[in-house]
Amino acid sequence: MALTEQTRADAVDLAGRYPQSRSALLPMLHLVQSAEGTVTADGIALCADVIGLTTAEVAAVATFYTMYKRHKVGRVHVGVCTNTLCAVLGGDAIWSAVSERLGVGHDEVSADGAVSLERIECQAACTNAPVMTANWEFLDDMDVPRALEVIAKLQAGEEVHSTRGPRIGTFEEVERALAGFPDGLAGEGRNDDKMLAGLTYAKAHGMSAPPGPAASPLAAGAASKTEA
Amino acid sequence: MALTPILTAHWDEPDSHTIGGYRRHGGYDMVPVSLGVHPDEVIALVKESGLRGRGGAGFPTGMKWGFVPQNDGKPHYLVVNADESEPGACKDIPLMLANPHSLVEGCIHAAYAIRANHAFIYIRGEVPHAVRRVTAAVAEAYAAGFLGKDILGSGFDLDIVVHSGAGAYICGEETALLDSLEGRRGQPRLKPPFPAVAGLYASPTVINNVETIANIPTIIRNGADWFKQFGTEKSPGFKLFAVSGHVERPGIYEASLGTTMRELLEYAGGVRAGHELKFWIPGGSSVPMLLPEHLDTPLTYEDMAGLGTMLGTGTPMVFDETTSVVRAISRWMHFYKHESCGKCTPCREGTFWLEQMLERFEAGTAIEADIETVDEICKQIAGRSFCALGDAAATPYAPALKYFREEFLAGTHTSADELFDPVAATVFAGAAAR
Repeated sequence: MALTEQTRADAVDLAGRYPQSRSALLPMLHLVQSAEGTVTADGIALCADVIGLTTAEVAAVATFYTMYKRHKVGRVHVGVCTNTLCAVLGGDAIWSAVSERLGVGHDEVSADGAVSLERIECQAACTNAPVMTANWEFLDDMDVPRALEVIAKLQAGEEVHSTRGPRIGTFEEVERALAGFPDGLAGEGRNDDKMLAGLTYAKAHGMSAPPGPAASPLAAGAASKTEA
Repeated sequence: MALTPILTAHWDEPDSHTIGGYRRHGGYDMVPVSLGVHPDEVIALVKESGLRGRGGAGFPTGMKWGFVPQNDGKPHYLVVNADESEPGACKDIPLMLANPHSLVEGCIHAAYAIRANHAFIYIRGEVPHAVRRVTAAVAEAYAAGFLGKDILGSGFDLDIVVHSGAGAYICGEETALLDSLEGRRGQPRLKPPFPAVAGLYASPTVINNVETIANIPTIIRNGADWFKQFGTEKSPGFKLFAVSGHVERPGIYEASLGTTMRELLEYAGGVRAGHELKFWIPGGSSVPMLLPEHLDTPLTYEDMAGLGTMLGTGTPMVFDETTSVVRAISRWMHFYKHESCGKCTPCREGTFWLEQMLERFEAGTAIEADIETVDEICKQIAGRSFCALGDAAATPYAPALKYFREEFLAGTHTSADELFDPVAATVFAGAAAR
């Protein structure tokens, strides 16, 4: 993995998507991370060069955000939510079990290089607590045995699917999608029972929202403007 | 009250996230309607609806749009705050996964109303699938002619950029989000000037939450009177209530504002079997907790304020009697310390000390005087920082102490884990026995 001419071309593409090129810095840092696995001095220099900033200015930004890694993560970067709700519902127990199994703590990589581990903050999936992530894809409604099973599969290089998203890709692939280069996986995954809980209850109990008027109140105005 | 699936009405259809699934139910039909009237009419309709921001603060949306100066010669921007990271909040991510087109269509109406030709959807980076879904929806909308130049021959141009964050809770704060979107560290700005006057690139900018924007197409379609039949006079409309924690069926429940927590609990199957409610938090960790005695208070902006708390994100977290309040607060203090951006001294230093002192209570090694010291630190943070993160960090402790003082006193001699077996609080407690 390295920065290539294509990386630079992609960075220029990103810079052109915004009214001011500096706005592309966060996506661009995702991009260089997707090319090298971490944000390196070379990656920072590339961003600085494309946008016209100093490397210090770029480094100041890169070090502020937790998703930019300065040392290699594992083939799969695993997060365990230990914010209050997930922690109480089982996240702490999952963290302990996974950490012990891998023999690593927060922000460390397993000896075989397969899995890195991070204590993550609220992942906006509290209805699915306790929550884990693998390369930032949701692993919802976890418990200790299933967490260890997933870890074993990830270590063995076996295929693992996100509960609401796609097959877990590589860290670099996901970073590239975050940089703004679609990976064609948007159609993967499903709306789960937590997302449908209210709708399911409403349908079972004959509840629905009252219908609206026959036409939009703005439609009359739109019609008159068209005629004019 | 009853559940009112509106935004969630078609989430059970497998193609709910596609333009085909969205258009099947009238999606984008209102685009030519709003583009056919004067933008001020769109603002007037949203004002009349009384829609209030769904991101937490509840500011009237139409009024916010009306603050944007017109004919000022500057470009205007619409920025969607999709950086959902408040502990407990989990409604915007599901919405973007299940129906990203409602957000895209809302952007078209909103941008037209405020005369913006550029919109940005700032999605937190840790949820790549939401980024994929919204990016795909934007691409589909371009292909169908709802975005780009001269939309449907109206003369109105709109470009939407989907932008990924990179892991910083603070970027959910609107001015920090703007700095982040400008390619800087996400640190809040002093207000005023407010973003409506000097926001992105120092130009007039409206920043709205995902759910707020997703409400707009329903208002354009059905009008203000229809919208106001839901909720109360001061809190009109409906809400994605995301109920999490110790309940039988956690999930998204869409209902009128003014629904009570008791009703939501009923929909969610109640507190998990064999347990009873200890405390609940109506809208994210940054708002004060409530007790079982508050279950019948309507979930509205005004009624929650009346209880000294806030509706916030409207995503209640439920905790039963197995939960240690001290452990809960301690973990949130760790969170605020971790997420403080470091700009303002009271927040940066205060959260640093709060975390350590709460850890002492959790470990059972606090001294009684610590109870007042923590309270004093909270008072030194609140109102003394640029943004609401400091205020939020200072919030959870006081109500927890008021309701559960004995647990903090116990923290002077006994650890939280001894008082409350953490295993009993897990969702898989007893699974082995079954």
